[in-house]
Amino acid sequence: MTDDTATRRNRVESLLREVLPDGSLITEPRARRIFETDGLTAIREVPWLVALPETEAQVLAVLRICRDHEVPVVPRGAGTGLSGGARPRADGVVLGLSKLTAILEVDLPNCVARVQPGVRNLAISEAVAEHGLYYAPDPSSQIACSIGGNVAENSGGVHCLKYGLTVHNVLGVRLITFEGDVLELGGKTFDAPGYDLLALTMGSEGMLGVVTEVTVRLLPAPPEKRVLLAAFAELAPAAEAVGAVIAAGLIPAGLEMMDGPAIRAAEAFVHAGYPVDAEAILLCELDGVAAEVDADLVRVRRVLQAHGASEIRVAVTPEDQARLWLGRKSAFPAVGRIAPDSYCMDGTVPRARLADVLVRIGELAAEHELAVANVFHAGDGNLHPLILYDANVPGELGRAEALGGRILELCVAVGGTVTGEHGVGVEKLDQMCVQFDAPALAQMHRLKAAFDPAGLMNPGKAVPSLGRCAELGGMHVHGGRLPFPNLPRF
Amino acid sequence: MDGDRAEALCAAVRRCGEQGTSLRIVGSDSKAFLTDGDGGGPETPALSTADHSGVLDYRPEELVITARSGTRLEDLERQLTEADQELAFEPPRFHRGGTLGGAVACGLSGPGRPWRGSVRDAVLGVELCNGHGERLRFGGQVMKNVAGYDVSRLQAGAFGTLGLLLAISVKVLPRPAAVRTLTFSTNPGQALELCRGWAARPHPITATCYLDGVLHVRLAGAEAAVRAAARALGGDGAQDPDFWDDLRDHRLTFFAQPGLWRASLPPAAERPLNGCLISWAGGERWWRPDDGDAARGLLAALGGHGRPWDGSFGSRTGPHLPAVEQRYGQRLRLAFDPHRVFNPELAPAEGGRAD
Repeated sequence: MTDDTATRRNRVESLLREVLPDGSLITEPRARRIFETDGLTAIREVPWLVALPETEAQVLAVLRICRDHEVPVVPRGAGTGLSGGARPRADGVVLGLSKLTAILEVDLPNCVARVQPGVRNLAISEAVAEHGLYYAPDPSSQIACSIGGNVAENSGGVHCLKYGLTVHNVLGVRLITFEGDVLELGGKTFDAPGYDLLALTMGSEGMLGVVTEVTVRLLPAPPEKRVLLAAFAELAPAAEAVGAVIAAGLIPAGLEMMDGPAIRAAEAFVHAGYPVDAEAILLCELDGVAAEVDADLVRVRRVLQAHGASEIRVAVTPEDQARLWLGRKSAFPAVGRIAPDSYCMDGTVPRARLADVLVRIGELAAEHELAVANVFHAGDGNLHPLILYDANVPGELGRAEALGGRILELCVAVGGTVTGEHGVGVEKLDQMCVQFDAPALAQMHRLKAAFDPAGLMNPGKAVPSLGRCAELGGMHVHGGRLPFPNLPRF
Repeated sequence: MDGDRAEALCAAVRRCGEQGTSLRIVGSDSKAFLTDGDGGGPETPALSTADHSGVLDYRPEELVITARSGTRLEDLERQLTEADQELAFEPPRFHRGGTLGGAVACGLSGPGRPWRGSVRDAVLGVELCNGHGERLRFGGQVMKNVAGYDVSRLQAGAFGTLGLLLAISVKVLPRPAAVRTLTFSTNPGQALELCRGWAARPHPITATCYLDGVLHVRLAGAEAAVRAAARALGGDGAQDPDFWDDLRDHRLTFFAQPGLWRASLPPAAERPLNGCLISWAGGERWWRPDDGDAARGLLAALGGHGRPWDGSFGSRTGPHLPAVEQRYGQRLRLAFDPHRVFNPELAPAEGGRAD
């Protein structure tokens, strides 16, 4: 560190100390290490400083100091993100919103809640459950993830097939830009004048500003639920049945699929009673008023039988339903028991291509001499192939990365996307070069500059530089596969 | 006749950029009355997307349709109806016109918006021509897609000021098996009270409208569910089946007189009530205020917003927004259209025309 840098750092640190309460500025190396990674644990960097403001005024003050001294800012929610969107920088400040945890208002007549960004997703539903209401998006991390992080990632969940993503369930946010402007976007109304900056904020990965308040829609909790498990002796008919359910005019609350390896891993782990000889199961949840649920159940059952389901079970009681879901919800840790390491993909494909894509993923896995388990949101075509490998075996990580790249390229090739819900972060920057051409990426950079001309708000995330893509393009043509230079070789 | 005019449209944009001129984007021109009072006038040449039309991809099991921007809504909906699907955001067809591009650009959602989503909720992807004349694709054809900024949804309601839409993918939904409308003779205050009570209950309501002493409630879903809800809600009358289309397209006589305003409010807001057509369970209101400034003040105090339903409606980034939001809107516009080629009068320059 040069003297100049050291002086500047000391200056910034003392300024931050002036505006933050005791315990809200973390400078001690061991304490900072807690923030070195988010849910994408393969990528780590210890931040220079961590600020944990308790009020919006403190957020503004931190941003002002960072702006004056040209310090990059990395916003962070609960740190559960899976793509490294909150990956810190050694020369930057992590701006953690975890102390902003107030539910500011529950407005029952308007069926909305106004909350601070650090409020946990599940805490919103818990706070309004007594009124028969809930907040619909339910990412699998909902017990821990924060609503501010959900906004940054436009999070989905098991039920977004019917109830939509964060963008469909948030009516307003307060967005603070790096320049310190406060934008009140939306509110308790169903639309707002001006450009739809609210929609633009959703999924912007903290690149356009910091969200300090979120107004969410509350929906009436569905009075009835049924969960149905259908087993299939082969993968392809199960995948085809997914499209057939939708084509029949049914929109289940959730429609999930697990393949043979995932079924057997989950069953060995939690004993949910899954049929271990099946090569695929579909879990279908129907919800709504009793008359609707019963009518839909008959139709779903008919479609699944027509597509060769070898067994169909229906869970009516909450206990039985929880048991059927248990295997699905435990699938990721279950797979973790059968392989030392796994690498989770997040591509989305058109439903009609599910069967082809799953078969092709199997072929690609064989080519790379690796196993893949599939556990995913079949209803909206959002795949989560888990590539199983052992980082201690020389070459396996490299093969896993190469296979992951091929799978995401396949998703783009069939008309899908490289990320359905986990975000780009730092993890999928290279795949963005496959999905978007240079003019589209350049347009995204200009869009960011409109909000953050200095380019210091979560820099380097979500949208790759054109230079990176050009370099990658050259390597791509040369090597015939996507490398992953951002993943450390451990 | 369907045709691909994308290259010609982009070339026209590039020409404007080189010559320092502007153009007015026009689809079927059915919503010109929302922008033509805004100084656009005939002096800005029109660029029409009307013959850039045709459905590019439609597979009903994907619940997505992709079409060129000039595709007429009636043509689009004919194809959807054949597969028993529909545009859940119910875009209005004023003067029986309307294109997909115009529906997205103007961002107007129909009577079902609180229950079945808005235009922007349905947008999954776009191909657009920016002010440089570049053809750019954002989003895609799948429901879940978080790759890059959501430039696609940003186009909804941007009135073409961020680019010329060339093709759009929107989510579609199955047509409900059964639809029934209930009516309740009541006053506006009680109508709001009823809507408020129903909002917290899982009834299959997909539209409400209070007008002239009658609350109209649309139920839609499985036959048994609609029947059960109709029994539970009661009501005292039957309904003309065209009512909701007439509401959507402003063919009700209520809309005929001048001086109309549209307001968007927190649904439970207790004013304005008198003389109002109240839709979206209270979230959208149409009425004729005596005093525009007083109306604006009232709406702002209630956490809502509104404006005259006339030629000034399309000024998205101009008047009546907080200065800070105008500033970011202008920057955003320039990020897409630095030469100010598109609809310049709909996005006045910063420090330009006062309103």
